Amino acid sequence: MPVPTPFHPRTSDLCHSLLWKEWSRYYAVCSYDTCHEREYFALRHAAGLIDVSPLFKADLRGPDAAALLSLVTVRDLRKLRSGRVTYLCWCDDDGKVVDDGTVTRLAERHFRLTGNGPLYAWLARYSDGFDVKIEDTTETYGALALQGPLSRAILAEVAGNGIEKLRFFGSTSGTIGGVPVGITRTGYTGDLGYEVWVARDDALQVWDRLIAAGRAFRLQPVGLDAMDVTRIEAGFVLCGVDYFPAHHCLLDSRKSSPYEIGLGWAVNLDREPFVGQRALRDELERGPAWSMAGLEYDWNDYEALFESYGLPPQVRSAAWRDAVPVYDLRRRQIGQATSGAWSPLLKKNLALATLKSGHARPGTRVQVEVTVEYERRTIGATVVRTPFFNPPRKKA
Amino acid sequence: MSVHPQSARYDAIVIGGGHNGLTAAAYLAKAGRKVLVLERRHVLGGAACSEELYPGFTFSVCSYVVSLLRPHIIRELQLARHGLEIIPLDCSFLPLPDGDSLARWSDGERTRREVARFSRSDSERLSEFGLTMTKLCRFAKRIIDSPAPDPASLAPRELLKLLRLGRTMKDDPTDLRWLNFKLLTMSAADFLGLWFESDVLKAPMSVSGIIGTFLGVRSPGTAYVLLHHYLGEIDGAFRAWGFSKGGTGGISLAIARSARAFGAEVLEQSGVAKVLMHDGKASGVVLENGDTVHARVVISSVDPNRTFLRLVGEQYLDDEFAGQIRRYKLRGSSGKVNLALDRLPEFSCRPGDGPHLYGDIAIAPSIDYLERAYDEAKYGDFSRRPYINVVIPSLVDPSVAPPGKHVMSCFVQYAPYDIKEGPSHWPRRREAFGDAVVDTLAEYIPGLKDSILYRQVLTPWDLEQEFGLTEGNIFHGELSQEQLLFLRPVAGWAHYRTPIDGLWVCGSGTHPGGGIMGSPGELAAKTMLAAKAL
Repeated sequence: MPVPTPFHPRTSDLCHSLLWKEWSRYYAVCSYDTCHEREYFALRHAAGLIDVSPLFKADLRGPDAAALLSLVTVRDLRKLRSGRVTYLCWCDDDGKVVDDGTVTRLAERHFRLTGNGPLYAWLARYSDGFDVKIEDTTETYGALALQGPLSRAILAEVAGNGIEKLRFFGSTSGTIGGVPVGITRTGYTGDLGYEVWVARDDALQVWDRLIAAGRAFRLQPVGLDAMDVTRIEAGFVLCGVDYFPAHHCLLDSRKSSPYEIGLGWAVNLDREPFVGQRALRDELERGPAWSMAGLEYDWNDYEALFESYGLPPQVRSAAWRDAVPVYDLRRRQIGQATSGAWSPLLKKNLALATLKSGHARPGTRVQVEVTVEYERRTIGATVVRTPFFNPPRKKA
Repeated sequence: MSVHPQSARYDAIVIGGGHNGLTAAAYLAKAGRKVLVLERRHVLGGAACSEELYPGFTFSVCSYVVSLLRPHIIRELQLARHGLEIIPLDCSFLPLPDGDSLARWSDGERTRREVARFSRSDSERLSEFGLTMTKLCRFAKRIIDSPAPDPASLAPRELLKLLRLGRTMKDDPTDLRWLNFKLLTMSAADFLGLWFESDVLKAPMSVSGIIGTFLGVRSPGTAYVLLHHYLGEIDGAFRAWGFSKGGTGGISLAIARSARAFGAEVLEQSGVAKVLMHDGKASGVVLENGDTVHARVVISSVDPNRTFLRLVGEQYLDDEFAGQIRRYKLRGSSGKVNLALDRLPEFSCRPGDGPHLYGDIAIAPSIDYLERAYDEAKYGDFSRRPYINVVIPSLVDPSVAPPGKHVMSCFVQYAPYDIKEGPSHWPRRREAFGDAVVDTLAEYIPGLKDSILYRQVLTPWDLEQEFGLTEGNIFHGELSQEQLLFLRPVAGWAHYRTPIDGLWVCGSGTHPGGGIMGSPGELAAKTMLAAKAL
């Protein structure tokens, strides 16, 4: 049975649709309206405020915090400077991804790890002999994602000067409405955006202040449905949808390496030993079996297919995550599209797909399954590079 | 009595109308054989029976929950059509002496939150444990769904079976195969310690490893029994336990209806005194009333000790075999207390009605508590503070008690058959044993004693006298390594055949063992049909 997040008194007042889902044991709003469209456009044209408190969080303090995180994740975090955030994943001994998330170096000896699943036991099993204190802070902090082109302007109003200077993947501290907060320039929408971390007892003050200041900038509270469309436009994989945490897989074939889900760039291989290093080195030598790829559906094919049924082309307004098979041009299955969405901004039908490595080069022509009137058909699609949407303001 | 010995000639007589005897009968009848089932008591079901012992209250007298009943048996015998209804248990509740408590739910997130109060690490490792057990179950399931292959045999058929079984492991990673062997040798407490640090998880989970054995949670070998209990599935989900509507007798009655629909005759109050021997071959049975009934084969669903030493007689057995049966470990270690209550019991740690009461409730606060309970039993006493597994089926199946009233079933371990005064002294200690159970429970449910309308106490002695379970062993023999698989009940005779021509066995004392599984009955019937024994 889910529990409320620290922002629940506000989000539940605003959620007129009563559309909720469970996200890591918390109640989370799918969309405040019955359709998420208005929220999506707020994210891309103004700003949206998303309650992301259910993210798992762990704080590591002590002289060995960097060393422990460098052991359990694929990145060498001793190189991460204070006030910086990095995105990474962590693997089991076989080099298969357990989860992905961010690490923030809040101070020389203070790191915060976020993830989709529980973090504590995973850190604790490696922490013997390290001078580090691990604290699960999932319940300690609420978190809000303030995302969209006007997010910087809103934050500048409430958090004061200096926010403009916070660089992409930077971290700072400040106050909002008199309450101390942590601010990182991170997010899951692929846009200009920030995440605000606040002690749970102070959560509502921060929400109220942001909403009040955001009114002039058309800030909207945004649910997970709109965020899901934007994360696909941004080409971000989702744990449990586009890949599965290795320690929850009944079948080995369900597990993925970082190279297979597009996170190979995050792996710092040549350094002191870390969990999964040997397996990852072997895999890199062998070449990963699978690749994460972006797909763009052929719109003409799509329209013609629906036309043959006497229908106008129908696209789902929400992002989908019920995987469909992907074939090569000789009708052999080469993988699956695991999630996708119609991008109202790009006017394209997009999908994230796991494909056999030989078929994942940009420009490769493939076939994807589309169901029309209960009949399974295929249409053409092209492998493209992700992110599908990558505005300069994201990093500016 | 409606048997007319002269007028009837049967293909098979099944001794005992428990769920395994009925299952064997149903399969044989389904295959067109003329079958007679003889049950000594006035109700069917053996240890899986329901009885109204107090007006308006129906008790699952012995066995009280079900999960192991094999899904293909439910399908093949059309048990749903014959009235089988199983209501899943949603929660495992652990009240603690310090006023705290832990509830484990079928909702994994909710459970994780509860466990995190005691150990964050344990809470996060629960799902990993579950995944590993599921993997182990996938392997073990193949073992319980077919006759056990004999690794000591050089017969090509046995070797082929082993090879096939080995191949099912070939896709498993090596560490899982190692774990499989560890499972066979470790203690339940140590095995759980591979994942967990907290007693609030280890204690209530480890008890699955000792149920029906005269071992403690720290005794080597008990980890396997843990898996045996984890294997239970309802509609394909492992580790799912449920109540049978109307008590566990409902299962036996559904199987009996199925057997009768296939043409079997099933008679109550027809105790068998002897297996009728003719030229060293079983040719029928002699009833307690002196009648004889003839059949081409006799199938015994009672335990191996009773079958061979009492119904057949040692004079018909060779020394080696008789010795093995004499040494077969029964050693009943548990008792049962059934209560009729005039109101819902209220736990002081979580007062009031609530879903935490709708599943099973374990009095197992720590590993030390359980081991101490075993210590007393080792030297011939019942545990003053025993492990108790409580269910209140009337909460989810109101048909078993009047409105507002409840039945409370308490499985109790340890109650050794061999108490130091000798087993026959149990009747004199019965009520003291019942008091120990109620006193223990009253520490968690202060108002319990005032709400008891009726109390039934079953000691191992009673289980033997009333239900024919030799030494009161609920599984017809311990589920310990040396008595499992190709060694159950006796090495060389694990395939339901016996050294006596015309006599077969199909009870819980055969592979794969006890619990309301139906597998011994099913596998025995299928083996007999394949061997053209009748």
